[in-house]
Amino acid sequence: MTRTINILEEIDWISVGLYLFLVFFGWMNIFASSYNEQFRSIFDLHQNYGDQLLWILISFIFIFLLFIIDHRFFFFFTYPIYGIAILFLILVLAFGMQIHGAKSWLNIAGFGLQPSEFVKIAVALAIARYLSGFNVKLMTWRSLLIVAAFILTPVLLITLQPDFGTALVFSCFILVLYREGLPGWIVGITMMTAIIFMMTLLLPEFAVLTILLLAAIVFIGIVNQKINHSLISALIVAGVFGMLKVISLFLPVKPGNFILLLLSTGISAVVLAIVILKKKIPNAFLIMTMLIVFVSFIFSVDYVFDKVLKPHQQTRVNILLGKETDTRGVGYNLNQSKIAIGAGGFVGKGYLKGTQTKLDYVPEQSTDFIFCTVGEEWGFLGTMVVVLVFCGLLIRLLFLAERQRSVFARLYGYGVISILFFHVGINIAMTIGLFPVIGIPLPFFSYGGSSMLAFSLLLFIFIRLDAVRKIYLK
Amino acid sequence: MDQFAGRKNIIVIMVLVVALALIVRLFYIQVIDNSYKLSAENNSKRIETIYAARGLIYDRNHKLLVYNQPAYDLMIAPFELKPFDSTALCGLLAIDMPRLRAGIARVKIPKYRREPFIEQLSPETYAKLQERLYKFPGFYVRSRTLRKYSKEIAPHLLGYVGEVDEKTIEKDPDYVMGDYIGISGIEGYYEKFLRGKKGQEVLLVDVHGRVKGPYQGGRFDEDAKVGMNFICTIDSKLQEYGETLMKNYKGSIVAIEPSTGEILALVSTPSYEPSLLVGRRRSAYYEKLESDSLEPLFNRALMANYPPGSTFKPVNALIALQENLINTGTTFSCNGGFYARGVSVGCHNHASPLKLLPGIQNSCNAYFCNVFRRIIEDPKFASATDAYNNWRNYVLSFGFGNRLNADFTNELKGFIPPSSYYDRYYGEHHWNSLTIISLAIGQGELLITPLQMANMAACIANRGYYYIPHAIKKIEGIDTIDRRFAIPHKVDIDTANFGLVAEGMYLAVNGGPGSTAGIARINNIAVCGKTGTAENPHGEAHSVFVAFAPKDDPEIAISVYVEHGKWGASYAAPIASLLIEKYLTDTIAPNRKWIEALMLSRNLLYAK
Repeated sequence: MTRTINILEEIDWISVGLYLFLVFFGWMNIFASSYNEQFRSIFDLHQNYGDQLLWILISFIFIFLLFIIDHRFFFFFTYPIYGIAILFLILVLAFGMQIHGAKSWLNIAGFGLQPSEFVKIAVALAIARYLSGFNVKLMTWRSLLIVAAFILTPVLLITLQPDFGTALVFSCFILVLYREGLPGWIVGITMMTAIIFMMTLLLPEFAVLTILLLAAIVFIGIVNQKINHSLISALIVAGVFGMLKVISLFLPVKPGNFILLLLSTGISAVVLAIVILKKKIPNAFLIMTMLIVFVSFIFSVDYVFDKVLKPHQQTRVNILLGKETDTRGVGYNLNQSKIAIGAGGFVGKGYLKGTQTKLDYVPEQSTDFIFCTVGEEWGFLGTMVVVLVFCGLLIRLLFLAERQRSVFARLYGYGVISILFFHVGINIAMTIGLFPVIGIPLPFFSYGGSSMLAFSLLLFIFIRLDAVRKIYLK
Repeated sequence: MDQFAGRKNIIVIMVLVVALALIVRLFYIQVIDNSYKLSAENNSKRIETIYAARGLIYDRNHKLLVYNQPAYDLMIAPFELKPFDSTALCGLLAIDMPRLRAGIARVKIPKYRREPFIEQLSPETYAKLQERLYKFPGFYVRSRTLRKYSKEIAPHLLGYVGEVDEKTIEKDPDYVMGDYIGISGIEGYYEKFLRGKKGQEVLLVDVHGRVKGPYQGGRFDEDAKVGMNFICTIDSKLQEYGETLMKNYKGSIVAIEPSTGEILALVSTPSYEPSLLVGRRRSAYYEKLESDSLEPLFNRALMANYPPGSTFKPVNALIALQENLINTGTTFSCNGGFYARGVSVGCHNHASPLKLLPGIQNSCNAYFCNVFRRIIEDPKFASATDAYNNWRNYVLSFGFGNRLNADFTNELKGFIPPSSYYDRYYGEHHWNSLTIISLAIGQGELLITPLQMANMAACIANRGYYYIPHAIKKIEGIDTIDRRFAIPHKVDIDTANFGLVAEGMYLAVNGGPGSTAGIARINNIAVCGKTGTAENPHGEAHSVFVAFAPKDDPEIAISVYVEHGKWGASYAAPIASLLIEKYLTDTIAPNRKWIEALMLSRNLLYAK
């Protein structure tokens, strides 16, 4: 079954190179963000950059160890690893240190350790191990329940800390399941639900209602693959809106455009519904049902939020969504972050020349908002390179995953891709105001020993598995 | 190969779409949109904290007691320092070069925080400096307010304001290093209301450190909210008069309005000047006060555990009356003291035998030893322990032995020994009424604070109930004060019995020959009082007096302690009577002026 291979030749040096680039460029930016004229030494452990350098070295040592132990270790020890990870999550709830209102840290011999960072690896391994089992099919109730249990157990424990940002990361595993055959509509509906949930909490429900109705009207055309249906629907809405606008000129009260839009969408929906019922257009019933479900969902979200959640839980959700102001205001933080990135311009201010990312303008400067330093000092060129390198790494990993002969390795590879994709996408999106600030680190970049070590292990376990792929026969 | 392999393409597309979206957005804010660059290019922001002025404190007659004065501190922001004309700065500040260098060196440790360099600049220096401040990048002025006092009175009651300590900062995120916080007295207890709310101003500052205006039109500014004004229950005239009379004595005065529990005066001497515990002078003055052997920082009115002496006798009389062990006709003889089975308690020279009211009037020790014996040897109870516990429950219901729960953070409990205390000391059932006979005359293990004593006087004045003494009359903007101050605390003794004891106390002042407190008599005011001579291990007995007046519808209840003043009648009674007279008539009658003069002329500060 097995053949001898030269590990060094088989390591994917492209991935390793991209990893090293990200780690060192990340460290340079941490150095820049804590740099001041009175600095002493780059090894000063009291400064972020000294501490981070130590953790990078520790990560390298662990990577080396990964290549020394038997590659079958991860397959055979998946469940013990998962068990230990869950145990640590329970320990952190019992003995954890409270930082920023969440019990996420364990103090082990003077080192602050964040178990939730490592649990991601364990979950990726567990899903890969289970689904690669002989005769296991994903689309059975039994398999779905077991996979859901693997994902939701740590989510529950992390939510208790409470660290919603990290808990959200676990939703990324839906991508792994999608690759293994989870129907596309489940992924679609999950994403839709998430978006609607956020919209409902952020916008007044009438706005959401209007958007949904408009979407449904246009959707009918798309589902029936007749573009003229969409066009006609849109025309009806526009016509009714115009009529209402004219009528409103003669009314004593002047309703706002928004109310008019809502009214016209509503009237158009009724007109369309009658037309649809008469002409028996296929799929209309399905879309109507979905619409009703979503509308009731909108109102139940508000009900759950106002009546069921306790005030402190509401605050947490609000902070998650960027609605609640902290001492200086979340809007302030985001604004600072955008100014810092925007100030960089096309080529940036130059290394160590940034001003907005020094001092205390941008909070969490070297952790969650490290991307600001890149933006300010390296400009659009820098940020583009970072995005492209991350993108390149992800696509390279996709290629690696697809060339695996063992299902376990492929599935684990998809786990790695999903986690990195989620982290990179959300982190950068939140620093430029495309996503609510949920406080998750940028892989390989952000300051923090646990995340540095965890992301390195996550990636190199896969590179290790990839390096021995040829011992499995096709 | 598996059937879903085609899905990898969809995932690749997802990654590319997200990357593209990020790059487009980055291109937009970094290259196309200039608004972010404009706000950052040549400008930086500075966040200035706007400190809220603390609420003002008024007395019960709306006389202003505590207000605020502006203070300007020169701060250094270590990271904004650039070379500057140091000679010019020294000239402006009237300091020498080494001082400037030392100040800069102190903040040059790598930290981002701004540090005060010179606190409380004089208004003239501030005016001169402000115009030229832009020449000295890294220096700027922080404006705050400090407490100012219209009269140097009631420091213990008002409390003081100081910098917040690290423990508080850890617990309460509203505070940061360098903030002020009320530390004791009203300032401490009502900090939440008095402090107001800090605001902030986000300013645009150009490369030279000159303020260009509000950042983003003041979008992130927050106004400071001034603290709420506080009206306390103190009568500042009475308080001031009390402090004047007590200035040469160690001790305390607590005066309460019986019908409400409001504290009219709370004096603890030796005292200090509140205005010296402010700002720049604070730490030096505090150290001096702390090392003073007379303990001026110690709030005797709330924290001194004194034996009550004979002022406790009314309580024993009330308990015995309520338990039907004595009545007004009960007579005991006194042959210069109380003698029983080898126990003796001395007494002074007076007529004998006496009934109850003359017993109180003459403060006869023998009378009250016999009363106490009846209480503890009450045949209704199986043992002395049971009778004692019954007695103790009555005593506790007066508010003794526990904190009264007034609005102070540093109130002490006093001590009314539980029966287990004697069990431990003498052994179970190895003690009886004679073992603990000292309690009959307010000696022995009893410890009571001046506040509790005044509360007892208020309770007798009300003929059987008291309100928890408090210093809060009103907080402006809040309709009610804490409910606990509005609930009467009832003592389980009949009003009629209180009437009898009040009569006895009236006689102690106004009964002519044999009255122990004749010196406290005031024309046209029916003062009821009781003297005490509190023997203590520290030296000469303390002079104690509790009183209330007028006898019917009392308006003031008072306790006075003068340490080492010996007889109650020699210091405490005259001082209490002067305060009562001042409070009720606003003046001292000519025929009593000599008492005032006498009290002012004596000095017992260093008496032992």
